Amino acid sequence: MIPTSRQFKENAGRALKDTELQKALFRVDKNFTERRARAVKNLPEFESLRDQGVAIKNHVLDHLDHYLEVFAENVERAGGQVHWCSTAEDARRMVLDLCRSVNARSVTKGKTMIGEEISLNPYLAAQGIEPVETDLGEYIIQLADEPPSHIIGPAIHKTKEQVSDLFLEHHRRYGKTKRLTEGEELVGEAREILRPRYLAADVGITGANFLIAETGSSVIVTNEGNGDLTQTLPKMHIVLASLEKIVPTLEDAATLIRLLARSATGQQMSVYTTVSTGPRRPGDPDGPGQYHVVLLDNGRSKLLGSAFRDILRCIRCGACFNHCPVYASVGGHAYGWVYSGPMGSVLTPAIVGIAEAHHLPNASTFCGRCQDVCPMRIPLPSMMRHWREEAFAQDACTWRERMAIRGWAWLARRPRSYRQVARLVASYLAWRGRPTGRIADLAFARGWTATRDLPAPAGRTFLDLWRERGRT
Amino acid sequence: MVSEHIRRHARNLVPDRGNVDADTKVALFSRQIQETHATLEYVATTDDVPGAITRYLSGKNLPAKVVLAPALAKLPWNEQPLLETKVGATRGEDAVAVTGAFAAIAETGTLLLTSGAESPQTLHLLPEHHVVVVRRDQVVGSMEDCWDRLRAQGPLPRTAMFVSGPSSTADIELTHYLGAHGPRRLHVIVVDR
Amino acid sequence: MSAPRVALFVTCLVDLFRPAVGFASVRLLEAAGCSVEVPIGQTCCGQPGYNAGAREDARGVARATIDVLHGFDYVVIPSGSCAGMIRAHYPSLLADDPRYAAKAQELALRTWELTSFLIEVRGFVAPPGPARTVAYHDSCSGLRELGVREQPRRLLKAAGTAIREPENRDACCGFGGAFSVKYDEISGEIARKKCSALAATEAPLVVGGDLGCLLHLAGRFQREGRKISCRHVAEVLAGIDGPAIGEAGS
Repeated sequence: MIPTSRQFKENAGRALKDTELQKALFRVDKNFTERRARAVKNLPEFESLRDQGVAIKNHVLDHLDHYLEVFAENVERAGGQVHWCSTAEDARRMVLDLCRSVNARSVTKGKTMIGEEISLNPYLAAQGIEPVETDLGEYIIQLADEPPSHIIGPAIHKTKEQVSDLFLEHHRRYGKTKRLTEGEELVGEAREILRPRYLAADVGITGANFLIAETGSSVIVTNEGNGDLTQTLPKMHIVLASLEKIVPTLEDAATLIRLLARSATGQQMSVYTTVSTGPRRPGDPDGPGQYHVVLLDNGRSKLLGSAFRDILRCIRCGACFNHCPVYASVGGHAYGWVYSGPMGSVLTPAIVGIAEAHHLPNASTFCGRCQDVCPMRIPLPSMMRHWREEAFAQDACTWRERMAIRGWAWLARRPRSYRQVARLVASYLAWRGRPTGRIADLAFARGWTATRDLPAPAGRTFLDLWRERGRT
Repeated sequence: MVSEHIRRHARNLVPDRGNVDADTKVALFSRQIQETHATLEYVATTDDVPGAITRYLSGKNLPAKVVLAPALAKLPWNEQPLLETKVGATRGEDAVAVTGAFAAIAETGTLLLTSGAESPQTLHLLPEHHVVVVRRDQVVGSMEDCWDRLRAQGPLPRTAMFVSGPSSTADIELTHYLGAHGPRRLHVIVVDR
Repeated sequence: MSAPRVALFVTCLVDLFRPAVGFASVRLLEAAGCSVEVPIGQTCCGQPGYNAGAREDARGVARATIDVLHGFDYVVIPSGSCAGMIRAHYPSLLADDPRYAAKAQELALRTWELTSFLIEVRGFVAPPGPARTVAYHDSCSGLRELGVREQPRRLLKAAGTAIREPENRDACCGFGGAFSVKYDEISGEIARKKCSALAATEAPLVVGGDLGCLLHLAGRFQREGRKISCRHVAEVLAGIDGPAIGEAGS
């Protein structure tokens, strides 16, 4: 996906005025936060499980190359193949080659963020292979030709009316001419339209929530069962995953699975949690004849040795998005790339560069709610601050900002000069605030006064008044 | 370090909830899977299953036709002469599938369905109605108990699928609908013996 | 037992915008049996630069602040955000500074946000005040970095104040320091939601422990034409009257 993170402010401005989007975001905020809170309350061991999850992931990161080796051996032992890809381009090429090897004309896809990251769909389409999204949310945005706006619910920014319109427009060619209005009818029509596509597909591509080293397995988690149809019916199953998805054992996966669904949607388990190992066995009446795992690096191994290592613990639950006041105001598209919300603000600059993505770690109040709810205890605000340090060091902020900060720091180390400046500012602002006590428009602070008044100061600083009262 | 961790495959913290006696496990499994919009009934023996199927179909006004997993082929289906049965995988032409399960998890109200010659994976996914026959002694406390049982019978099958309810989606305005792509109805028959 | 020597670190916002909070803090600390001093060399804790990514500049300001606050039994701050900066961030900020690493650790241990100091260290009970109903707003840093939640409420309730909690009370107000200006539209929208929730409590007064949040909320209430006042918890507990934030004659 081509990033548009540079336009975050403009994107955000549009999002704030989009009343339909705002309604959708209100639903997301209310829904997901309440459900997660309930799910956490119902599992007394939740906090301890978080600690264990963190320990498991840290352990894997400490030994990532060994675990990857073991994983690959076990995939092969079960009859599958592993393909190592450094870059997005390598991964796209590999998927294309695999599809061509079975003369694929169409491929079904379960939800995969890596697929978005490497811009797989347009690439396959350009090569004459039709990608068919099967997750209902992904299907909707595929019809709308939009990127996902949330990693769990890619189409939550769409209203039912918008979905009705999309289906009417795109399902005409299947002989559907009635505009459906009930949600159940829409879901039913999607089921009907997609069923033959599942059966016709030559290749099924899924992501992986986890890769299990012990058994060479991939794990997917869905509510719809679309991932399962995608990986069972075609002759080839391709798993697209980034390196850090590895977990050591089935038991470790069980711990992380307990954290994932609860943090994402408040469910104990998603409806379908499937562990896939290799291709069909001799004697199996169904299942794919080939199983391939395309393992993507795309900057992950570089992150291992960096100050951003902890982001590799992310299990893509989306809890941080659901609790973020900035995401709740502007939605996922504003961030301009595959990963939005707080985890996106840390991961995106690592992959597309801080120059392109500098707004993302800056557009945060550091309220810390993301870190509070992250099942992997990722210190998201600290890492965003670290990106700000990189941006500052690399001059990726405006000279005006730089001067302001340097100037303030200079003053703050010189109390007498600081007090003089404070004195001047206090009396100027107090004067500007008369007679109401507040300032509605301040030329050099339009950033403040555009959306709120500025309460005017008293006019004298505390330190001056204190000295005057003879207390020093 | 790595091979040791894998070799031991030690359990991490397992929530206490599933750590109960056998009867409570079954009750806990039943309650929770019904909370996910599955339906559930109890029968005494596997011989009672064909009758339960006939009742299920007529109760939902469905044609008397089912596709069976090979594992259930030996049940007394001939005692239901009006019921048309076939055995094997499906390409989606069947409305109702009846299969067994590998295990059921009390902790979360979850079924473990494995692929294989006796249990074609397509039966678990394509038909609109999926009926699962589970024996009481298949109900375990946790996912970790499932791993122990799976390891005991050899290398993992092609798929080990944990199912907690019928297929659903909330992708349209976060409203919950059943039957997105997998089965719209999940019915569990718990057998005593 | 002699009175502990407390240094009051008023914060740059209080110094500039609302000295009454500083005087209220002194009154409360003295009523709690402390001997209060205001080190004259204090300026700013360094958080603006720190959050802007100017790490070296922030370290310089931190060292200066550590020096200014040297030698007191406690440092007390009427702000969760600034107290959080010193307690939660100074140690890591100066961890690799051979001269200041230990000093930063040591300062962090004796620095307190005002309401937690009054409750946890002094066991203070505020004098009874007029019966009134307020809505309380917790600052995110106070809440999440320092665990300040019950302390201001206990103090207010003991003084006869009834407290109403807005829906989604743990949600951010949208201030976030420089964020309020750099991403002003988003900040304004987050404030709109918070003000709406606070207004829905029907309390005529919003009280909080951080002046940054309060300036931002008061400014938003006023822009929306709502007749809701904002005050710092120190002023309310110390019984300091006078105009509320942003009202004439402050």
